[in-house]
Amino acid sequence: MLLNIKNLHVAIDGKEIIKGLNLGINYGEVHAIMGPNGTGKSTLAAAITGREGYEITEGEIWYKGENIVEMEPDERANKGIFLSFQYPVEIPGVSMTNFMRTAVNAKREYNGQAPISAAEFLKLMEEKKKLVDMHAKLTNRSVNEGFSGGEKKRNEIFQMAMLEPTLAILDETDSGLDIDALKIVARGVNQLRSDKNAFLIITHYQRLLEYIVPDFVHVLYDGRIVKSGGKNLALELEEKGYEWLKEYSLA
Amino acid sequence: MATDSNEILEQVTQSEYKYGFYTDIETEFAPKGLDENTIRYISAKKEEPEWMLEFRLKAFRHWQQLPEPEWAHLHYPKIDYQDAYYYAAPKPKKELQSLDEVDPELLETFNKLGISLEEQKRLAGVAVDAVIDSVSVKTTFQDTLAKHGIIFCSFSEAVRNHPELVRKYMGTVVPYTDNFFAALNSAVFSDGSFVYIPKGVRCPLELSTYFRINAANTGQFERTLIVADEGSYVSYMEGCTAPMRDENQLHAAIVEIITLDNAEVKYSTVQNWYPGDKDGNGGIYNFVTKRGLCKGRNSKISWTQVETGSAITWKYPSCVLMGDNSVGEFYSVAVTNHFQQADTGTKMIHIGKNTRSTIISKGISAGRSNNSYRGLVKILPGATNARNFSQCDSLLLGDQCGAHTFPYIEAKNESSIVEHEATTSKISEDQLFYCNQRGIDTEKAIGLIVNGYAKEVLNKLPMEFAVEAQKLLSISLEGSVG
Ligand SMILES: Nc1ncnc2c1ncn2[C@@H]1O[C@H](COP(=O)(O)OP(=O)(O)O)[C@@H](O)[C@H]1O
Ligand SMILES: [Mg+2]
Repeated sequence: MLLNIKNLHVAIDGKEIIKGLNLGINYGEVHAIMGPNGTGKSTLAAAITGREGYEITEGEIWYKGENIVEMEPDERANKGIFLSFQYPVEIPGVSMTNFMRTAVNAKREYNGQAPISAAEFLKLMEEKKKLVDMHAKLTNRSVNEGFSGGEKKRNEIFQMAMLEPTLAILDETDSGLDIDALKIVARGVNQLRSDKNAFLIITHYQRLLEYIVPDFVHVLYDGRIVKSGGKNLALELEEKGYEWLKEYSLA
Repeated sequence: MATDSNEILEQVTQSEYKYGFYTDIETEFAPKGLDENTIRYISAKKEEPEWMLEFRLKAFRHWQQLPEPEWAHLHYPKIDYQDAYYYAAPKPKKELQSLDEVDPELLETFNKLGISLEEQKRLAGVAVDAVIDSVSVKTTFQDTLAKHGIIFCSFSEAVRNHPELVRKYMGTVVPYTDNFFAALNSAVFSDGSFVYIPKGVRCPLELSTYFRINAANTGQFERTLIVADEGSYVSYMEGCTAPMRDENQLHAAIVEIITLDNAEVKYSTVQNWYPGDKDGNGGIYNFVTKRGLCKGRNSKISWTQVETGSAITWKYPSCVLMGDNSVGEFYSVAVTNHFQQADTGTKMIHIGKNTRSTIISKGISAGRSNNSYRGLVKILPGATNARNFSQCDSLLLGDQCGAHTFPYIEAKNESSIVEHEATTSKISEDQLFYCNQRGIDTEKAIGLIVNGYAKEVLNKLPMEFAVEAQKLLSISLEGSVG
């Protein structure tokens, strides 16, 4: 098993948000997590990636056979965990090229490899930009600065393609995308899909799941997974809405 | 110059100062202390003409009457000017003909600094005039420069070989009466660089000087004079670094630049003097007077500085825009970490018509440091249609450091337009996490974000310098967060 989350409890400022969550993901699988706003989907992503302020009060996160709850976020990333952010941040003055090169080389250094040569790096960028139809100019601009909402999301997928993670978490990468952009994002994911990696796709709508077909769908509500099923569960949710989940509330 | 910093103590982690080593070169000292005899000693050592000695003595007598300035946003123990050596020269063996004759230990020093002259020599496009503790050791590329009639030599040589130029321009931009440290420098200055670019000549090389303070307890007082004759252009780079010592060392330099009609001088500094240790012990006191005079019409002077070192920095590279349509620019990045203090900025004095000035200042403070921008924009009554744009940004890392902005504006001509913008921001946790999530550790992430923040200024540096400056920014902030 690639990722095994056991009885996870996460608190922000002492307030419990994730309240005993279990989730197992094998290599080669795509899992979708759905649920209404504010149920803790992004909090789960933050806990897996090790963001400061998201306190794990109980439980374990096993990744590649290691409990990673104490591991620094950059080390988790270098071990292959990638997050496509719901709200990608701007870094003024730092070009995408420079940023990506730093990231790629950080990972190589972690794996005991020499830094990538400039020529090799540029070739890799070209290849991956094509994958997400990213405009050539975007990589010359500062990280996410002045990018439209759609461009930011595509940029996240581009970075994912560059870093070739083992576990990719996509946090509402589909929100705010038109259908064409959505297809591009899906294409990016589908091309990277293999039996050597896995995806955790957080989404609000089942729309994206028409293009990235999941193996499992989980419903997150009030900090716990209240229902799991196959890809049809997504359709069911779309029909019924989230109202019926209220009965699962712990409060 | 011993420092007592016991009152301010708290452990902050830090990496060691990379350039802190001491080279054991035989050194010749002037007797400790400062009086007229010291000055006569220095002047005699340098075999100076009478007029030079007279200039020094006048400056010294003036200095003796001056109180030390106290208005800067800086705190340091009183400097005992009698407890220092004012002249230290590597013992001269004989005139040097080639690099082979340079003291091997000295070459080793340059190697450690990463600026080996041998390499520099091959690095076409850069001429280096290296100043180690006061005496100019070796100047390269003289021949190329001579072909264009360019004079680039140590200040002492200029006094000997080009007295008419030195006498005509020295002290015309920064008179010895200007301020306390300028007077001190004028009295005891040891050496420095002299540049003259003749009419219509575009200097084909970036001229470069590396300054380094080596011997213990020696103040370094160098003096640079750059004269750009009509229609000429030169880009000049100054790099500084000093070995690590527990006691503080004083550095009080003067740089004067003069541009005549249609001439342009670009002056870039990367200052990386020893900032003191993480507890605030030791480090350079850097009190510098840099000023450019745009004397001619359509002339231009640009100051670009990246300041990462020194325990205390007191520095205001300025432009006096005398010629009509002349342009002054100041681009600055000042980084302070641990217990460093910087009080830096610029003065733009608009005298001529249609004069323009731009000020871009980026202050970055970390640890328990203090970083102040102090700037004056002065528009005189005759400066019709003068324009200034100033932007002063401060970036804070952590919550124990300080950023201060003191912009002074005096506009005496109604047609002038003066704009001032200022921002203060903190390095955001969101940005750091975003980098972390991409596998970039926090230290590297800070380097990346800070370099991005300073990019507007770094872009103004010549290529060779920009790369070094970027590394320095990252290095100087190591251990600032964590
Ligand atoms: N940084 C934060 N500080 C305080 N509260 C937070 C923070 N992040 C999330 N929360 C709270 O945690 C809950 C879950 O949020 P989140 O994980 O973002 O939900 P979702 O992604 O499912 O919409 C919400 O009540 C939200 O207000
Ligand atoms: Mg969310």
